[in-house]
Amino acid sequence: MEKTYYDPADLKKFGDITQLQPEMGNKFFDYYGEVFKEGALTAREKALIALAVSHAVQCPYCIDAYTSDCLQKGADENQMMEAVHVAAAIKGGAALVHGVQMMNKIKELTM
Amino acid sequence: MALSATSLHRQKHELSEPAYQLTVLQQGAQFPEFAAQLQQHDLYPLKPTGATILQVNVGKMCNQTCRHCHVDAGPDRKEIMTRETMQLCLDALVDSPDITTIDLTGGAPEMNPDFRWFVEELSKLGKQVIVRCNLTIILANKKYHDLPLFFKEHKVQVVSSLPYFAASRTDAQRGDGVFDKSIKALQLLNEVGYGKTGSGLQLDLVYNPSGAFLPAAQQALEAEFKRRLKTGFDIDFNNLFCITNLPISRYLDYLVQSGNYESYMEKLVDAFNPAAAASVMCRNTISVGWDGYLYDCDFNQMLELHVSPTAPQHIRDFNLAALNKRNIILNQHCYGCTAGAGSSCGGQTVP
Repeated sequence: MEKTYYDPADLKKFGDITQLQPEMGNKFFDYYGEVFKEGALTAREKALIALAVSHAVQCPYCIDAYTSDCLQKGADENQMMEAVHVAAAIKGGAALVHGVQMMNKIKELTM
Repeated sequence: MALSATSLHRQKHELSEPAYQLTVLQQGAQFPEFAAQLQQHDLYPLKPTGATILQVNVGKMCNQTCRHCHVDAGPDRKEIMTRETMQLCLDALVDSPDITTIDLTGGAPEMNPDFRWFVEELSKLGKQVIVRCNLTIILANKKYHDLPLFFKEHKVQVVSSLPYFAASRTDAQRGDGVFDKSIKALQLLNEVGYGKTGSGLQLDLVYNPSGAFLPAAQQALEAEFKRRLKTGFDIDFNNLFCITNLPISRYLDYLVQSGNYESYMEKLVDAFNPAAAASVMCRNTISVGWDGYLYDCDFNQMLELHVSPTAPQHIRDFNLAALNKRNIILNQHCYGCTAGAGSSCGGQTVP
């Protein structure tokens, strides 16, 4: 086992996951490719969404890949940081909205 | 990294030497030879399809010192084309009706004292003239303020670099304050009709990535540039050309200094596109250096890779038929023109 869990060089090996389960792996990559094609959303908009989600799921491979992809697709730094804030707002909001659940329980348990 | 105000040449930097640049390009042993890639796709030796464009580099003198400049141009460069060499170009063109377009580049071509004379003489020959104008030259000195009218008078196609629609990335590549001056210059070009529908005056912009990444798809980025420049600055233009930065000269220095050289080469090699390889600009262009020597492209010129020894070497011996039979000289930097949708001085080469 490597001394660190994450190695940037592993990003290039992502496609190798098909080796152990080709059918599912290939279906995944076909689907992945289809998702990122220009459609109702532009390729740049999809890259910005992917960048935001990368932060929400805290995937260093994805942050590496989609920072490069956003730059390559012409997104600017303001758009990219705003996308990260959208992810942060949803993550923070998702934590905070559970405060209502906590308040409900407090109500239930206290006089 | 701060942007240097002096050329690599002035700094006596080792990367100012073409031979050293070629050594660096050959060091990436893990990257397949470019020529071998072409061989796999039946494109080797690479032959011209027939030259229709003569790209003339009238000198390395420039008012800017851009971070990515493959010419290593700047205010401290004194190499410029003489009127005698320009006359040799004109003599060559008289006998070459197949060459319909003359693409003037530099440095800042307008800084050559014989620039206007050359454009006037080229116009008399009925050639389409392209000037690669860096925009800021128009504001650099009072003697350049009338350039938009001069361009208009000779129906020059103006092609200008604007790497981004915001100051941050433009100034990081081209120097502090360049974005604001470029915007002002574009507005002046618009004022005389450039980029306006129906004017017949063509104004194209060039996008070069400000960093170690490849350019976006041209059509999508052009739409974004048009929207941003119109809403932000009321600027109109015709086309956006997306050009990949080639790993030579100051851009190579940037890649090496920033630790991006290997990963950038890897991106270029991984993105090799045979369709782009078949459409490279060296197949329809001949490049002339400031001293009259002939090259397959402006990049080979800066690496001092002259045209094949089987072809005429200097503009005084220009022979289009012989040049059209030559083998094009290749090296590892050529991967820059064949990545993704391809890259040329006219932007991407495949849809």
